[in-house]
Order: sequence, then structure tokens, then C-alpha cells
Amino acid sequence: MNEELIISGRENLMVDPQLHIWHWPIPLYLFLGGLAAGVLFFAALYYLLGKEDEYRAAVRRVPFIAPIALVLGLAALFYDLNHKAFFWQLYTTIRIQSPMSWGAWTLLVITTVSVIWCALHIREFFPKWDWKYSWLKDIEAFFNKYKKPLAWVMLIFAIITGVYTGILLSAFNARPLWNTSVLGPLFLASGLSAGAAAIVLSSKDKKERLLFTKIDLIILGTELFLIVHMFMGFLASTQVQIEAALLFLGGPYTMVFWIFVVVLGIIIPGILDLMELRGKHIPALIPGVLVLMGSFAFRFVFVFAGQVSRWLY
Amino acid sequence: MRYAMAVDTKKCVGCSDCVVACQTENNVPIGFCRDWVVEVMDGSYPQLEIELRSERCNHCSNAPCVRCCPTGASHIVEGGIVLVKPTRCIGCGACIASCPYDARYPHPKGYVDKCTFCIHRVKQGMKPACVAVCPTKCMYFGDLDDPNSDVSVILKKRKSKTLIPEAGTQPQLYFLI
Repeated sequence: MNEELIISGRENLMVDPQLHIWHWPIPLYLFLGGLAAGVLFFAALYYLLGKEDEYRAAVRRVPFIAPIALVLGLAALFYDLNHKAFFWQLYTTIRIQSPMSWGAWTLLVITTVSVIWCALHIREFFPKWDWKYSWLKDIEAFFNKYKKPLAWVMLIFAIITGVYTGILLSAFNARPLWNTSVLGPLFLASGLSAGAAAIVLSSKDKKERLLFTKIDLIILGTELFLIVHMFMGFLASTQVQIEAALLFLGGPYTMVFWIFVVVLGIIIPGILDLMELRGKHIPALIPGVLVLMGSFAFRFVFVFAGQVSRWLY
Repeated sequence: MRYAMAVDTKKCVGCSDCVVACQTENNVPIGFCRDWVVEVMDGSYPQLEIELRSERCNHCSNAPCVRCCPTGASHIVEGGIVLVKPTRCIGCGACIASCPYDARYPHPKGYVDKCTFCIHRVKQGMKPACVAVCPTKCMYFGDLDDPNSDVSVILKKRKSKTLIPEAGTQPQLYFLI
């Protein structure tokens, strides 16, 4: 028998008996941030490819999700802080080794850029929109003139936003489940698939829907590959990583992960996408909502399971 | 200067005096603790092996909590002591998640709190409260760069281990075995 006990009775709130310092706002933010990154990535990409008129929803309409998602996400992050009155200390320094620090700066940039992008396309929704003040018109004219560099900034910062949410977790050596570099690309893929799903859900154009169904299918395949790759890595590693993987392979998170994330979030929408591309008529609502829910569930499962995984000593 | 602590697992009786001394000295809020005692039991009576460890922040030389802190609130001062500056801390919890020893906790006032090696006492030439109060004198504190300090002497005489050195944190809390 081997038994390890804290005999002095440690009951630190949010740390014992199991770490639970991060609650629902964190995975909610990770989802919203990933979704915004995906949406803005496609908007910038297809604008730069000169397909603005062809893929109207992707470039002009769907990006309106991004500032809303980002602001809601930032509100969730703020809500989760324990020392709220000092949040501004984030913006008094840049700490390269802390993903949360450069993530905070990235969020500042991407939120601003997404608001500007939406302002440039406000007439999509309000054709008679008038900025009223001449200085606002000047700003609009300025960004219209430099729309291409703006799109490049948006493209690059969308990728950074998508990757950083994964790197944020993977930087925690203390939580073996998070401590894998696959998490960066995996979170980016999950965010991009959510973005593509949002476009499929919003677009009324058949050609655009088909293109983004195709993109969604490719990304879902990539995601599945990365998940398998991650488990292979864990299982071939040390006992600490093996036990982290076992949380999903027989442990308490097995059902929720494989059913909600893998089957309902990746495999079924993937099959539906494939059927759609083969000419069967599938209501866009079903795969789109499933992908969004899968992406959402993925962040929740990962943030919570990661806090359970630990070093053994 | 490199402050370190050594705890004799053979002398410790698990009385938890160190925990109470710390809570009193540092005005730790009720229900929280900066140090704790772990009992590892192998086998069952009469074939039994027990290890008792008084644990706290390891004041790591390669501290993940300092690395991941987004504002620089977690920092290392002279002597390698890891501290938190409450007025820079936003309470994001990154350092808590990054500590493989779970040595930090959120103070009810919002900022993150942890063991300070009783820096306020050490500066005055005293020992940390937990070391000073230990009834079996099983704890040793001092400067590793000084070959005559309590901790340097005992670490030369006895075999010791650190907790999960494979986590790459270079912990400075030694356990004599």
C-alpha cells in the first residue's frame, strides 16, 4: 500500500483537493477568441485574394461576429480575474516569456482591427449609414485607402490569436495534459473550423457555402489527425503524460471528450460535409451548429481536464 | 547568495507546528496555508515505511510562476526568494496553474499569496518562522553560497532529494532522507 496524505489539512480554496483556479469564463473566452480568429482569418484571406465580391458573407458580413465575440470574451476574462482593480497592470509591460502577456497585447490589436474592419463594411447592413462627423469620415477614408495593409495585419494577428490560446495552455509545464506543443495548432484548427462553420451558417450564396464546407472538411480532418497525434505523443511519453492521456482513455473525461468533441463535433459534421459535397442536400444548420458546439466543448473539456492532470510525486 | 531550506524527513514528527507558526507570523487568512505537512506511507504495519515532509514553495531557480506571470508581479529577489507584489498582481491565476507543487493560492483580497521564506525575518538575521518553531529542529535554513551555513553543512553530511526535479524547476527545498 502506498498512501500520500496532507496531514496538516491543506484546503486552499481553488487549489485543493484539485486545482480549479479557472472556471467557465476561461474556456468560454478561448472559444470566442478562437471563433473570432477564424472569422477574421477568412475575411482577410479572401479579401487579399481579391475575392471580396465573390465571397461576400465571409469578407463583409461574418466579420461582424468578431468584435462581439472578442468583447464578450474579454468581459469573461475580466470577470475571472481575482484582483480586478489592477487589470491595467497587464498593459504596463510586455513579458515575452508569458503567453498571457503578449496574448493580452494581441487581443488589444485584433479587437481594434476587427472594429475598424466592421466599420468599413457597416453599409452591408445599413446602406444609408452616415458617419455624421467629418473626422470619422476622414478615418474611414484613411483605412479604405490602406485596406490592404490592414487586411495583412488582420490576417497575421488572427493567426496569432488562434495559436496563442493553445500556447497559453501548453506553456504550463505543471499540467501535463496541456504541456504539449500540439495544442497550439490544434486550437488554431478548432478556431478556424468554427470560423468556417459560422460562414457556412450565414452565407446565402451556394458557391460560397460549398467552398467553406470544403474548407471545413479539410480542417476537421486536420483536427482529427492532430488529436490522434497528441494521444500518440502522450502514450509514448513518461508516466506523467500517460496518466494525462488516460483521463480521456477510460478516465472521468472519456465520455464527454469522445462523444461531444470527437464524434458530434468532428466526425458527424465531417460526414455531413462530405455528403453535401457529394450532392446530397444537407441543411447547413446541422453541421454548422455541431462544429461550433464541438469547438466549444473542446475548450471546456481541455481546460477542466488539464487542471486535474498533474505531476506524480 | 542563494537561500535554501532542508527538511529532515527522519526527524519530522508531523506535528504541523510549522504550519501554525507560518499562519500566525504571516497573518495567513483563515482556511489557507502557505506550508503543509505530507505523510507518505508505504506498506502496512508491521512492515511500514513513513516519510514526513514539511512542504512549501520551493523557491525554484527556474520558476515557472515567474515565467508565466503577465505583469511581473511574481518576481525573484536577491537570494532567489520568489515573491508576489500585490499591487501588480491581477489575480489571473496563471502562476497558480503553473506551479507543479500547488504552493500558491488566491488570497481572499484577490492577489496571489505564497511562502516568502519569511523574508522580513531573514533580513533581520532571524530564521523563517517555521524553522524557528520546529520542536524537533528538523529544518535548516541558510545561504547555499556560504559553506558554513546550517543548510550547506547539513546538505554535505546527509543524502537529500528535491521534489520532482524532472519538472525542470530547480527547486531549492531539500529533503534529507
